[in-house]
Amino acid sequence: MSTLLKAAPAPGTTPGTSQGPPGPRRTALLPTAALLLGALYCLLPVAWVLVASTKSGTELFSTFTFLPGTGFADNLADLGAYRDGIYWRWMANSALYAGLGALLSTIVSALSGYALALYRFRGREAVFNVILAGVLMPPVILAIPQYLLMAKAGMTDSYLSVLLPLILSPYGVYLGRIYAGAAIPTELVEAGRVDGAGEWRIFLRIAVPMMSPGLVTIFLFQFVAIWNNFLLPFIMLGDDEKFPMTVGLFTLLSQGSNTPALYTLVITGALLAIVPLIALFLVVQRFWSLDLLSGAVKS
Amino acid sequence: MTMTATRRKARGRGKPYGAKAAPYGFLLPAAVLFALFFALPIGYALWLSLHKAEVRGLGLGKGARAEVWAGLQNYTAALTDPELGHAALRVFGYGAIVVPVMLGLALLFALLLDTERVRARSFSRLAIFLPYAIPGVIAALLWGFLYLPDVSPFHHLLGKLGLPQPDLLDGGPLFASLANIAVWGGTGFNMIVIYTSLRSIPVEVYEAARLDGATPVQIALRIKIPMVAPSLVLTFFFSVIATLQVFGEPTTLRPLTNSIPTTWSPLMKVYNDAFLGGNVYAASATAVVLAAASFVLSFALLKVSNSLTKHRGNR
Repeated sequence: MSTLLKAAPAPGTTPGTSQGPPGPRRTALLPTAALLLGALYCLLPVAWVLVASTKSGTELFSTFTFLPGTGFADNLADLGAYRDGIYWRWMANSALYAGLGALLSTIVSALSGYALALYRFRGREAVFNVILAGVLMPPVILAIPQYLLMAKAGMTDSYLSVLLPLILSPYGVYLGRIYAGAAIPTELVEAGRVDGAGEWRIFLRIAVPMMSPGLVTIFLFQFVAIWNNFLLPFIMLGDDEKFPMTVGLFTLLSQGSNTPALYTLVITGALLAIVPLIALFLVVQRFWSLDLLSGAVKS
Repeated sequence: MTMTATRRKARGRGKPYGAKAAPYGFLLPAAVLFALFFALPIGYALWLSLHKAEVRGLGLGKGARAEVWAGLQNYTAALTDPELGHAALRVFGYGAIVVPVMLGLALLFALLLDTERVRARSFSRLAIFLPYAIPGVIAALLWGFLYLPDVSPFHHLLGKLGLPQPDLLDGGPLFASLANIAVWGGTGFNMIVIYTSLRSIPVEVYEAARLDGATPVQIALRIKIPMVAPSLVLTFFFSVIATLQVFGEPTTLRPLTNSIPTTWSPLMKVYNDAFLGGNVYAASATAVVLAAASFVLSFALLKVSNSLTKHRGNR
């Protein structure tokens, strides 16, 4: 939102600039070129995987890197046929872990963020600081005992073992508190109370709608974090029917070092794995600002 | 203002029934999850790190293996283990490339985006941010293929030019190759954080400098960079922690090269000890040492950032 406001002041400032004649605005060549170079660097591997997925196994090792091949349809069919279509299973698993996990995470973050921002109660700062300290915990120090405790509960190698530990996100709670504090005027909550609404009703009817742009951000952040997660499912799961895509592709690549024919499958799989997230970002880009991700709010 | 004041007073006197308990209710799910998936595992890891397995008799049958108190034995073993030292050194070397290059690029791109008369601004911003959406494991896989001699375009071009073709997956270049994956994946997110904080600087701040004839470069160096210092500290902080915890990227590259040992990074060593070596006690001690190191670093950095932001009042 602030982006829209800030993009405008150019007309007011141009008359004051001392460099260059007034009139048609010249392009700042060097900064534009440097940014495009950066963009090129970031797009390079994506462009490569697009091209490489069209190559057959022999073309991959024999033709120039950026020369398209002829095997895309075959690669796609091979990938779909590999172990009775387990790749699609991995994709569905990733979507389940990330979608459901991010949804639950957003709910928990919204509840906690709202409580931490709008109420004054004993131990508020302590609770917030303890949750924030969770950001600093190396995931592995958590993952090993989480695995052992899950094993004691007989829950390893299950969907829940990957889903549950990722619901509470310290960064999500942090963002939730910032968004709730910035978006919800205390007066409105008070007015709700005066009108006799219960606390829960105030949260649902007043707080949630006002926090919604922030909640979309938390959802996206968590969706990406869980979709990209490797360590936890890698440790928790043994049955490849439950693998998310990251672990699935990793095992495929590990086998590929013995059978290079699998490399084309890995590459096609990698391409299909990044398409959904890129599409997601391009779609939400239209009504959502990237800046929200760093906790930026109108002040 | 007066409205708020009177409302506050009213609230203090007669809080509606239930309002007092409400925040605790809202926090309940987070508290339960925190207890189960943060506090309990951390406590268990601490407990494990102070114990060891002891085999009685022939080690057969029930009760043949018991967990006994080990004191600080696991910790002394962890701290004197040369493998952990090597892993820490490797990660230090890796971080010494990743953190300055990534944050330098993020700051540069953020400043360029904030420059007037730049074309294709939103395209560049989105393109540079794009790698954030790509899982680290897949990023490592894509770059891994781009490094692989048989597939790499760099090798192809260097060969065409008759130049020596370094093995990007071995020795010194391996560090640069791994660092490149992290830089590629992290620059965009950090750029957004810095750019957001650049946008929050009121335009009037530049006006005076501009009237005094300051060039855009001078404005960037003398005004913009000092004003975004807090967000630079924040991104530095997160980058250092992420570096300490590197695991997925080197693990993914392992199938493509013989030069990455299973204990390349400290976390890989912890994983290796726990799941392949079967010694969860030693692994827990190493993990606790790592966690302690990241806490010490974090608090040191927070101190620095606090002293930086204090001079400026509130943000």
